[in-house]
Amino acid sequence: MTGEEIKKVVEILLQYLVPTLKVFGFTLLYSIPLGMIVALLKMSKIKPISWITNLYILVMRGTPLMLQVIVAYYAIPMLKQSEGLPSFMQNLLASVDIKSDSFMFNAVIVAFTLNYAAYFAEIFRGGIESIPKGQYEAAAALSMTKTQTFFHIILPQVIKRVVPASSNEIITLVKDTSLANVVAYAEITMKAKQQMQLHSSLVPLFIAGAFYFAMAMILTVISSIVEKKLNYYK
Amino acid sequence: MAMLEVRNISKSFGSNKVLKDISFNVEKGEVLAIIGPSGSGKSTLLRCINQLERADGGTIKVCGLDMLVKNERGKTVYAPPDKLREIRLKIGLVFQNFNLFPHMNVLRNVTEAPIRVLKQKKSSAEGYAMKLLSQMGLYDKSEAYPCELSGGQQQRVSIARALALDPEMLFFDEPTSALDPELTGEILKVIRKLADDGMTMVIVTHEMAFARDVADHVIFMENGVIADEGTPEQLFGANASERTKQFLQRY
Repeated sequence: MTGEEIKKVVEILLQYLVPTLKVFGFTLLYSIPLGMIVALLKMSKIKPISWITNLYILVMRGTPLMLQVIVAYYAIPMLKQSEGLPSFMQNLLASVDIKSDSFMFNAVIVAFTLNYAAYFAEIFRGGIESIPKGQYEAAAALSMTKTQTFFHIILPQVIKRVVPASSNEIITLVKDTSLANVVAYAEITMKAKQQMQLHSSLVPLFIAGAFYFAMAMILTVISSIVEKKLNYYK
Repeated sequence: MAMLEVRNISKSFGSNKVLKDISFNVEKGEVLAIIGPSGSGKSTLLRCINQLERADGGTIKVCGLDMLVKNERGKTVYAPPDKLREIRLKIGLVFQNFNLFPHMNVLRNVTEAPIRVLKQKKSSAEGYAMKLLSQMGLYDKSEAYPCELSGGQQQRVSIARALALDPEMLFFDEPTSALDPELTGEILKVIRKLADDGMTMVIVTHEMAFARDVADHVIFMENGVIADEGTPEQLFGANASERTKQFLQRY
């Protein structure tokens, strides 16, 4: 490939960095709060809630994300075709426009969010359970409510403990965004593959790889800064 | 009026009866020391009065307020939650392991509850906290984090934290057991000072000399019952029961 061609490929891939970052950003935005809720549900004293949550986590962690993306993308069109569904379901399905541009994106985000929430939930649960009982007792002896105790005493300590494991997940997520191309979501990996075929050259793939590598490096630096910031206490 | 009236308290963990029929009173300004071997139920007793454990039977009255009562059907029930909250504010608790909040500096450890629970203004809560910290000899440590302090300093912070809510009574659950022997002295001095200021206190302790010195009344617990009680002169004197003497011999 000539220098001119390489420059062109870099420009194209840079454009498709946006859809990649969109999957990354929205997945984080939704899966971290959802993961916190799932963690609390799993620790619920009401057994059936805890069991159902656990089943959800097992399925999400026990099956490939790629498969989940495919299911999320094809489930609604398939259900639309099937007969004998109750009318409210048919109405609900009819309200989803599967031909719209946002449908594919939404399906990808749903699959990624549900998958990553399960992983985050397990990290957060470990963090919450590692806080000594004495912290809850001290807060209770000071007449703090359960909500105050959770948000002001427990959660800040949990955040410190889950930062290393969470940054691992977040770096994995950057690379996992490439799985979205399985439903033809146009992002960097897909474009790099097209450019590879167009130019009969591996260079576009290396350029895409460099992009992922740079993003992972940036995240690594950010996470070590955050870890250092939280190091003001032991 | 008694500040604390405990009648016939019982508590089991499974089939293990930890407290059997415990009754005692604490008057205003009185210092009660509870001594006894490990596993005798001393800490559980404190924790039941502090609502960290639920007693199975008996009655508890704090400052004239019913906390644990027998209802018409003879069942032991706790007061409604808002009443329990009101009662809890009357008792401060100091733990064996301090249980300071590690992510907050000393000042915030002390002001957190007054600001969030009593809805005090930050400035007035901090003013009072600084006053308490100077009393504890920690005026210059207000910005430090618990991990930067010695055990004795941490325990003094936790005493200031309990006092910040202006409790009527202060409970100590083996306040010096987690400390190096050189550091117990500074904590005992602080408790001694509080006693001189007229603070009503219940102290679970293994420091026999201290109990003898500071307490007005001593309870000796064993196997979930009060095996012996009286003034320090009685319990530590020549006329104590054989079992008490035997126990005290080890100290």
